[in-house]
Amino acid sequence: MTGAEPKVTLDLALASGLTGEEYDRIIRRLGREPSFTELGLFSALWSEHCAYKHSRVFLRGLPTTGPAVLQGPGENAGIVDLGGELALAFKIESHNHPSFIEPFQGAATGVGGILRDIFTMGARPVAVLDSLRFPPAEDPKSRRLIEGVVSGISWYGNCFGVPNLGGEVGFAPEYAGNPLVNVMAVGFVRKDRIFRARAEGPGNPVFYVGAKTGRDGIHGATMASATFDEGAGERRPTVQVGDPFTEKLLLEACLEAMETGAIVGIQDMGAAGLACACSEMPARAGTGMEVELSRVPQRETAMTPYEIMLSESQERMLLIAARGRQEEIKKVFSKWELDAVEIGHVTDDGILRVKIGGRVVAEVPVSALADEAPVYEKRTSRPEWLDGLEAFDPLSLPAPLDLAVTLLALMGSPAIASKEWVYRQYDQQVGINTLVMPGSDAGVLRIKGTRKAVAVTTDCNARFVYLNPRLGSAMAVAEAARNLAVTGARPLGLTDCLNFGSPERPEILWQFKEAVAGIAEACRALDIPVVGGNVSFYNETMGQAILPTPVIGMAGLIDEAESRRTQWFESEGDRIALLGPEVVSLGGSEFLWAIHGKMAGRLAPLDLQQERRVHEACRAAIAAGLVRGAHDCSEGGLAVTLAESCVSGPKPIGASVELERDGRRADLVLFGEGPSRVVVSVPPEGERHFERLMGEFALPWRWIGRVGGGALVVTWGGAVAIAAPLDRMAHAWRAGFERHVA
Amino acid sequence: MNFGVVVFPGTWSDCDFHYIVSEVLHQPVRYVWHRDAPLADFDCLILPGGFSYGDYLRAGAVAGRSPVVEALPEFVAKGGLVLGSCNGFQILCEAKLLPGALMRNECLQYRCQSTWLRVENAETSFTRAMRPGQVLKMPISHGEGKFYADADTLHRIRDQKQIVFRYCTEDGRVVKDANPNGSLDNIAGLVNEEGTVLGLMPHPERAGENAMGGTDGLLIFHSLLGSLVEDGSFLKR
Repeated sequence: MTGAEPKVTLDLALASGLTGEEYDRIIRRLGREPSFTELGLFSALWSEHCAYKHSRVFLRGLPTTGPAVLQGPGENAGIVDLGGELALAFKIESHNHPSFIEPFQGAATGVGGILRDIFTMGARPVAVLDSLRFPPAEDPKSRRLIEGVVSGISWYGNCFGVPNLGGEVGFAPEYAGNPLVNVMAVGFVRKDRIFRARAEGPGNPVFYVGAKTGRDGIHGATMASATFDEGAGERRPTVQVGDPFTEKLLLEACLEAMETGAIVGIQDMGAAGLACACSEMPARAGTGMEVELSRVPQRETAMTPYEIMLSESQERMLLIAARGRQEEIKKVFSKWELDAVEIGHVTDDGILRVKIGGRVVAEVPVSALADEAPVYEKRTSRPEWLDGLEAFDPLSLPAPLDLAVTLLALMGSPAIASKEWVYRQYDQQVGINTLVMPGSDAGVLRIKGTRKAVAVTTDCNARFVYLNPRLGSAMAVAEAARNLAVTGARPLGLTDCLNFGSPERPEILWQFKEAVAGIAEACRALDIPVVGGNVSFYNETMGQAILPTPVIGMAGLIDEAESRRTQWFESEGDRIALLGPEVVSLGGSEFLWAIHGKMAGRLAPLDLQQERRVHEACRAAIAAGLVRGAHDCSEGGLAVTLAESCVSGPKPIGASVELERDGRRADLVLFGEGPSRVVVSVPPEGERHFERLMGEFALPWRWIGRVGGGALVVTWGGAVAIAAPLDRMAHAWRAGFERHVA
Repeated sequence: MNFGVVVFPGTWSDCDFHYIVSEVLHQPVRYVWHRDAPLADFDCLILPGGFSYGDYLRAGAVAGRSPVVEALPEFVAKGGLVLGSCNGFQILCEAKLLPGALMRNECLQYRCQSTWLRVENAETSFTRAMRPGQVLKMPISHGEGKFYADADTLHRIRDQKQIVFRYCTEDGRVVKDANPNGSLDNIAGLVNEEGTVLGLMPHPERAGENAMGGTDGLLIFHSLLGSLVEDGSFLKR
């Protein structure tokens, strides 16, 4: 048995991450001092990570409903309707803090956590995507972080058996102390078999299933709710250790147990472990719960109630069974050689009662834990540094002497270069649904037994968000939707992973507020609901915050899987068109960063209605079979987009493009970036039809060239501006990433 | 032809093989749980890819001692055929049903990519629908696929034409650059002495439909089904 618990004092409360004010609030709510275990419950459930204390007030502005939404935010994952009997569950989550402390296990357990969020809903995971940010290669920590994170993701996802469908890798010095590891998971679920994390039915037994509880990850949620100082390495014990094999067994056992009909509700034990599951599940259902901790399977001896409740050991679930059907559940878990132990029952008194050996160690209203964390509306203030950044005119810099050399440099920059070094370490096909593998604008999965397919992507240009949080975040939504549109997909919903510095700094909170407002604006204009997400604050080390990085994960539907498109040119003689506006900017561009080492300037404007028309036109042309390849024109501008279309496909092919002089500088036209732009290739026989179709959409577009030859040749007012042989472009692009990281 | 797809804890290509056999080839197929050993109903057992028991010991080491694998020698002796892909190949080597061992990839990383395979022996039950020297396209997805055998074993499997597939270039040249994992002699797949057990690292089930990038993997199944029709050996059992 456990010894006497430490006496709870204000100092202890402060040490566990609560404020003095929050501690007073707990005493007022309970009418007494909390016990040591109770203090632990509050410190975890009221942490920023679990309670969204600083973000909640802003997140209310996001649109979360729509005809396709079957489950919005608030559950383990969001769910959208795919038509017929199927639905799609998806969510993105961060594992940034653990991945800095221990890259391999931090990233691995990030994959594990988000997969559990998906299969908790009754869905079988069918894809993951990962959005990663690292310090630049010159940083001595960079290589260790990249190798650790990528191999951790690879190890967990491959062993579990889920294909990787894409993602992003970005670099900036601001991520030196806080790399980002955001993982999105996607699953198929039958609409009539959706499970929720609700502890319904007083008297129903509460089961603990999966791996045993150890001392790993205690206070992980609290760790993720503070900035790092020099002693970050000492926090390694707060990082969990993953076991993808047990996760795979847990998946199969949970889905099989769900089939029996004996499960009433189920929740993953992720952040804040049992503490979170035992309070959130009854809180959602308006019930209470009583658990006996001596029954919890443990892999270490003499664990205290505090440790058992707060452990973040992986691969565990809490499930509520229908009374009298315990044996059915036990039978399934025993087949898969997993623990399934009845540790308590649902009650009707709204109280979480935690016992050990019959002695009550915590007795707290579940609503106090799960719903009554303080909500802060802290002061925000526009950072003064933005004035100087906006005032910078990129055109005050000299134009490059050789545009082809510039293009090759950009193709080899780690942000643009092929990410094959990363994704060849990930299984991309298990499940045999993958129609488009990583390496195009979006990954595409077929839905077996139908003619449909699902397209998925993650996007965020953090430089844009840094320079203009509202506009940059709206652009992230627009780009994600565009990446789906160029495959032929119609967006169904998005999930956001909002990575920021400390919300206690008014400038950071302003970035956050503006970013959420930008996402909301774009979602409304493009009719895309937010069905779930995650906020990761305190990505800050020694006072250096990351670039604000609201990663957008988006899923869309393609009605005819056969009509899907990829980003590359394929066929000699196809005509090339540029859809969307001419206006671009070098402000915040990859050109400005990679060539001049600057992150400054103004962004191009975003007209969301025009953006929408570009997507609609693109989808219509693809559905009509008029487009061979379609590529989002984003990082690196028009020249890089064309070059990628030439070299990223299975059979590289050149292109000739003629651009008129229009009074702007060639480097601006070729490398400037702006939203709402798409490059498509159109087979000659479809030209007239394509022209008529574009006419119906009232959008700017024009023919700019033809596919063919062994080089990308771009003329500027009749004179050759770029003549880049395919092999040189391909080499720069293929070798660029590895050259930087390995 | 009755197919069985063996499922170990941690197997993940089971559903994919099941799908190809039932939905593409329209053949009867059932899952076989690793603890269930009555195998008499089957003509061909498939050991699919995955991470059986997490591959925490050595890839395939624990599954190689499971009841179903221990029953395989008798199944094969009675005329049954066994196809092991990826983790299935590793398990067959661990169980000594195939010679050699599969080690960590030479690059020390997992590799998921398309590969080209040259057919080295088109006279087995698994390859008779192929031409000798034919080049097949099939993806790999593994961290431990580097085939190794000692010199004597290598000589023996060469002499007895047990090497069935070797990694090659698109135009059929067996060269180092075409070898994705450092396999000895570019070996991608081999059979036992009797030609009744095939192990290969590539995934034929991922090359079973045009939508998945090709159908070369089906040639293995067409060979198996052809074997059934040609010599009728399965019908007699």
